Amino acid sequence: MTQFQTEQPSAHHMTAEPVIVARDVEKWYDNGFHVLKGVSMTVYRGEVLVVMGPSGSGKSTFIRTFNALEPYQKGSIEVDGITISHDLKNIEAIRREVGMVFQQFNLFPHLTVLQNVTMAPIWVRRWPKAKAQEVAMQLLERVGILEQAHKFPGQLSGGQQQRVAIARSLAMQPKVMLFDEPTSALDPEMVREVLDVMRGLADSGMTMVCVTHEVGFAREVADRVVLMDGGYLVEENTPQEFFSNPQEDRTQKFLSQIL
Amino acid sequence: MTSATPDSFSSARPDAISLGPVAWAKKNLFSDWFNSVLTVVIVTTFGSGLFRLVSWALTTAQWGAIPNNFGLFMTGTFPSALYPRIWALLAIVCGLAGLSWGVLGRNVSTLFSRSVLIGLAVVCAFIILFPPTRPSSLKLLPMVALVAVAAAAGRQVARKFPGVGQLLSLAWFLSYFVALWLIGGGLGLTRVSTNDWGGLVLTLFTAVSGIALCFPLGLLLALGRRSALPIVRWLSTGYIELVRGVPLVALLFMGQVMIPLFLPLGSRPDRILRAIIALALFSAAYLAENVRAGLQAVPRGQNEAAASLGLNTPMTLGFIVLPQALKIAIPAIVGQFISLFQDTTLLSIVGLAELLGIGKSILANPTYLGRYAEVYLFLAVIFWFFCYAMSLASRKIEEKLNTDH
Repeated sequence: MTQFQTEQPSAHHMTAEPVIVARDVEKWYDNGFHVLKGVSMTVYRGEVLVVMGPSGSGKSTFIRTFNALEPYQKGSIEVDGITISHDLKNIEAIRREVGMVFQQFNLFPHLTVLQNVTMAPIWVRRWPKAKAQEVAMQLLERVGILEQAHKFPGQLSGGQQQRVAIARSLAMQPKVMLFDEPTSALDPEMVREVLDVMRGLADSGMTMVCVTHEVGFAREVADRVVLMDGGYLVEENTPQEFFSNPQEDRTQKFLSQIL
Repeated sequence: MTSATPDSFSSARPDAISLGPVAWAKKNLFSDWFNSVLTVVIVTTFGSGLFRLVSWALTTAQWGAIPNNFGLFMTGTFPSALYPRIWALLAIVCGLAGLSWGVLGRNVSTLFSRSVLIGLAVVCAFIILFPPTRPSSLKLLPMVALVAVAAAAGRQVARKFPGVGQLLSLAWFLSYFVALWLIGGGLGLTRVSTNDWGGLVLTLFTAVSGIALCFPLGLLLALGRRSALPIVRWLSTGYIELVRGVPLVALLFMGQVMIPLFLPLGSRPDRILRAIIALALFSAAYLAENVRAGLQAVPRGQNEAAASLGLNTPMTLGFIVLPQALKIAIPAIVGQFISLFQDTTLLSIVGLAELLGIGKSILANPTYLGRYAEVYLFLAVIFWFFCYAMSLASRKIEEKLNTDH
């Protein structure tokens, strides 16, 4: 599969340099449920990878192992050359380089939008406050919420909150961005404003892994689409092939249900 | 154009229908025969009770026990020659309270609204008409003036220097030690043995010390109970469950009798200190559970978001989780503070002359035999005043921290 990536360079500035390498990752929940059954996947610098699959397939759990929000029991994951271990320093080092956007936004409700965005750069990157604020304002302008900088998250719409969450992650200048169903909790009319921001991000060359049900986004923006089901990675393909000529029966069945 | 376009609808919210007093009463109190009966029964019951209370207070009651013993109520057997120190303490507290009022109210159009002015006037009138303390009651008037002047000054200063609020918090913190010095003496002031501490001063001192000690302890216990380290978790849980299973009186007696046993001879801690420690240890167990409730109410996504940004555990706790958890737990925490304040009355059982103890000893004086109602009503009003003040403060803080919209 990876072979074919090098043959067909995508629309994005993708390189053959891997950023995330997951090998045979297996995970059991505490109740014994086998949620990941040996998943291997490589994410290359500059590419946009979309992960699709029915609910319960393990796709969210899988990308949450990339920044150690979910521990795993077998296999290995390497992020930007660092292998994830149980060492706290190692985990914090990886999390500094990996941004994450959540389904429920998870903004800090007691802080203003600006404070949400500057918190991590000031305390983790140890930037001076003025620099953090300057960068934050640029990012807020980029996601189109500059005027709301001094409001609290509770005063914004869902779409605006999710755009703040994207800016908050970007403020750490991550090497990869993980999106865990970023539009699933949004009212339909707000999905687009968030997808537009993600599209802009992809065009700027950001490496992105997106769990999403947005077929349009996957078709137009993704370099690769993978399908997960029942803890397995079922198919990995270009968006054109994935949606019009899927190789696996399971993919055909999945597409027939969502399209 | 005859058809209604959207523009032709008024976008203003229609006024709430206002009822006249008669119509209001008919709607809310006499809507049917059953409600009418209820209204009449309740109004007559409470009305007659209130009438009797007021007529008792104005005619039968002999209030002499209060002003004649005002010094006792306020300070216990504190030597009267040193009363100026207590007045100085009161002046400091009034000054700081006024300043805080001014700083908090820096953005309102006027501090002295009509209702506030009426309140101040009522307080002054009360001091003049019913002098609570015979020789020196007029000294209370300058205190009221001090609060007002400090408030006005605080507002002016806070408008020029917004950072003054933090300075004020520091001043409150330092005032605790100044109070300790003014009451207990030392460093150039005549020493006053803790046996002579008493009355409202002792009640407030133990309550403030107890609150200041039990809050950090309760916080640590709450965090300990949720710790990933099993030993810390077991110890915290064990402590909380043990202390919650013991009545406070038992703990106070243990504090008086048992703490000295465990310590080397000669290092016998003061009995007021022992009482404060017992109070704080007791309240901390309950406070821990209140804080834990707050911690549990913070969604897990907050932790995950903080972690994904690279914040470490202390930062996540300090900047993200605790501020939200404590905000949620404010009503419960203040409730615990209020009950700690009222629990100080139990100190009278272990022989400390706090407010209730003083009340009891005054009632034991043959001159004031049988003045139970007057004395206890007076004490109830004092306790109500401070508890209501705490409750009011908690509501203000909640409003200030509300960021929902």
